[in-house]
Amino acid sequence: MGVPGKDLVSLGPLSREDVEEILDLATEMKKIMQRPVKKVPVLRGKVIANLFFEPSTRTRTSFDLAAKYLGADTINFSASGSSISKGETLLDTVKNILAMGPDAIVMRHKSSGAPFFIAERVPVPVVNAGDGINEHPSQGLLNLFTIREYKGTLDGLKITIMGDISHSRVARSDILGLSKFDTEITLFGPRTVMFHDVSPYKVKIAKTLEEAVKDADALMMLRIQRERQAALLIPSIREYARFYGLSHRKLDMLKSDAIIMHPGPVNWEVELTQELVYGDRSVIFNQVTNGVAVRMAILYTLIGEGKYEEISSS
Amino acid sequence: MKKLAVVNGKIIDVEKGSILQKNLFIEDGKIVEVSEKEPDNSWEILDASDCYVAPGIFDMHVHLRDPGYEYKEDINTGLRAAVEGGVTRVAAMPNTNPVNDNISVTEYMIEKAEALFLAELYPIAAITMGQKGETLTEMGLLAEAGAVGFSDDGLPVENAEVMRRALEYASLFDKPIIAHEEDKNLSGDGVINEGRISTLMGLPGIPSTAEEAMIARDVLLAGYTGGKLHICHVSTKGSVEIIRWAKKRGIPVTAEAAIHHLTLTEEDLYKAGYNTNFKMNPPLRTEEDIDALYKGLADGTIDAIVTDHAPHSKSDKEVEFDKAPFGIIGLQTLLPLSLRLWKENILTLPELFKKLAYNPARILNIPGGSIKVGEPAYITVFNMEKYTFTEGMILSKSKNSPFIGWKLEGKKKFIIVKDKVL
Repeated sequence: MGVPGKDLVSLGPLSREDVEEILDLATEMKKIMQRPVKKVPVLRGKVIANLFFEPSTRTRTSFDLAAKYLGADTINFSASGSSISKGETLLDTVKNILAMGPDAIVMRHKSSGAPFFIAERVPVPVVNAGDGINEHPSQGLLNLFTIREYKGTLDGLKITIMGDISHSRVARSDILGLSKFDTEITLFGPRTVMFHDVSPYKVKIAKTLEEAVKDADALMMLRIQRERQAALLIPSIREYARFYGLSHRKLDMLKSDAIIMHPGPVNWEVELTQELVYGDRSVIFNQVTNGVAVRMAILYTLIGEGKYEEISSS
Repeated sequence: MKKLAVVNGKIIDVEKGSILQKNLFIEDGKIVEVSEKEPDNSWEILDASDCYVAPGIFDMHVHLRDPGYEYKEDINTGLRAAVEGGVTRVAAMPNTNPVNDNISVTEYMIEKAEALFLAELYPIAAITMGQKGETLTEMGLLAEAGAVGFSDDGLPVENAEVMRRALEYASLFDKPIIAHEEDKNLSGDGVINEGRISTLMGLPGIPSTAEEAMIARDVLLAGYTGGKLHICHVSTKGSVEIIRWAKKRGIPVTAEAAIHHLTLTEEDLYKAGYNTNFKMNPPLRTEEDIDALYKGLADGTIDAIVTDHAPHSKSDKEVEFDKAPFGIIGLQTLLPLSLRLWKENILTLPELFKKLAYNPARILNIPGGSIKVGEPAYITVFNMEKYTFTEGMILSKSKNSPFIGWKLEGKKKFIIVKDKVL
């Protein structure tokens, strides 16, 4: 399951202290991002390979910038136009890129477990940037970071995750991350996209939208994929929006300081309306900013060489 | 006249349920005497001191990949692995290329195996042409050519009408329909058991009902038609319960369990990470399912233990978990892993060899499987040697075993296949 200490493929094996360390470091990284000159050379001379076997804009750009702010060079690889379309295997592709000497691999792949498979077969650190329906650890960490930023703590909070739970790598990483803290997690979504067996996690399942949202300190919305309709999981996007979205709802029942989160991209008028995304409760754009800071912290933790002082003092 | 005497061994009598220190005499490939008599010098003596002498293991569910996928395995390497594992006979599934849906493939397999003088091979031919589930194969001609049963293997017959007619037609030749039971719509894109571990690993799940619903359908069809139905690799508690119910009603159904389903659970898969040598179909299930399988073995609901030996090369298996083909090899681990069932008091040794040798021959309606005067000589002689199973020991072309590195107990000393000692 990845090599402990070498990779970040899952939030599962991290301790609460490991997570807090990354979040604390991300706080420092965020300060760097706010400087006029957003560059600290702590990863100068390092090369990070961003291997995106599945399309991504936000995550790929975020990792790319995170590396660049720390002075590393990056190579960006995307599946289209690569040898993958010529039938080269995943392992072969990665081994070829590895032969060019990168210091870390950031990898997104549509198959659950693919970064775990690679991590066990390469000597350099592997960061999972999303594997199938399994995990998206950097997104999980940036979500934790954002909640902590607004609430001051992760303990004693009630967090609701709602939407297409079972196909969401974000939901899995959120649950694994939040479970290290004293949070009460509630899941809400159609039965067809809920985990068949939820027993591995300490979570509550809400039966109604009201029950899901009314006590929540943070609402973590998930994106519904349009393909779910063809797969018989939902009858229509319209029906999904009516029962499982926050669009066009009176949000009086929410706690006054509840925040709304979404990993993006939002399906407008389904999970959320533009008013909500751009509104007071939304922290969605801050999530994007925090994503860069958290990824800087992740990269530094995995391949930085004890030059932490430069970050906090320079 | 070849005369073999197996001396000083403990003979496992599966019909009487006993183990006796006796000598076994074989003449021209037939058992002629089981007694305390000492052989004179006209006999070739085979010493079985400190060994058990069991009816020859008959693995009625293997894939030898020949013709068509010889890079994974061929009849030669598959049968060598069988011999090394103490297996005297195998029944080979028809998912070759071309599919074994015509007598030329059946004859090819038999002739190639016979020329090798190794373990015996009994082909299982397809139920439908090309395993497409549409038109029946020439079952009569195939049976004449040597097919011992009919199966569409991993592409189960979806259309119930086709299954009904297959059961009726195969019964004319007294051959079983051998069914991999899976509703492919329900299993969908699943790759492991749906449950706790599919939640934890973020892998699409295969619900137990995908197997159970199909078994329920097929036992009803077997009851209705009177055709003999043999159910492959039963893996869930619900399946055991349905088969038990069917047997009570007198439906002509038999069932097998694959040794890996009796040894591993989905928890082992979870511990191994995304290791594709733990990916098979049906998938590894839960502790509760294993317990139900043990009960099913003990009360006779499950008749046979098999390997579902499914060789896949490193290049097939060293890929993303969802891309990897289902299946693992098993011929060389069947004996020691089965002996664990005896050690753990699930079955007695005679009961165990009823499942490994006697029942498979009965299910396929062919002789042998018991150490009894007049029977053809298929004999597995083994001792309880302890050893670590390594990749280097594997004689199959493919090395896709989850048991590499395991400490095993029980090793073949020699086998007898009629008049051959291997």
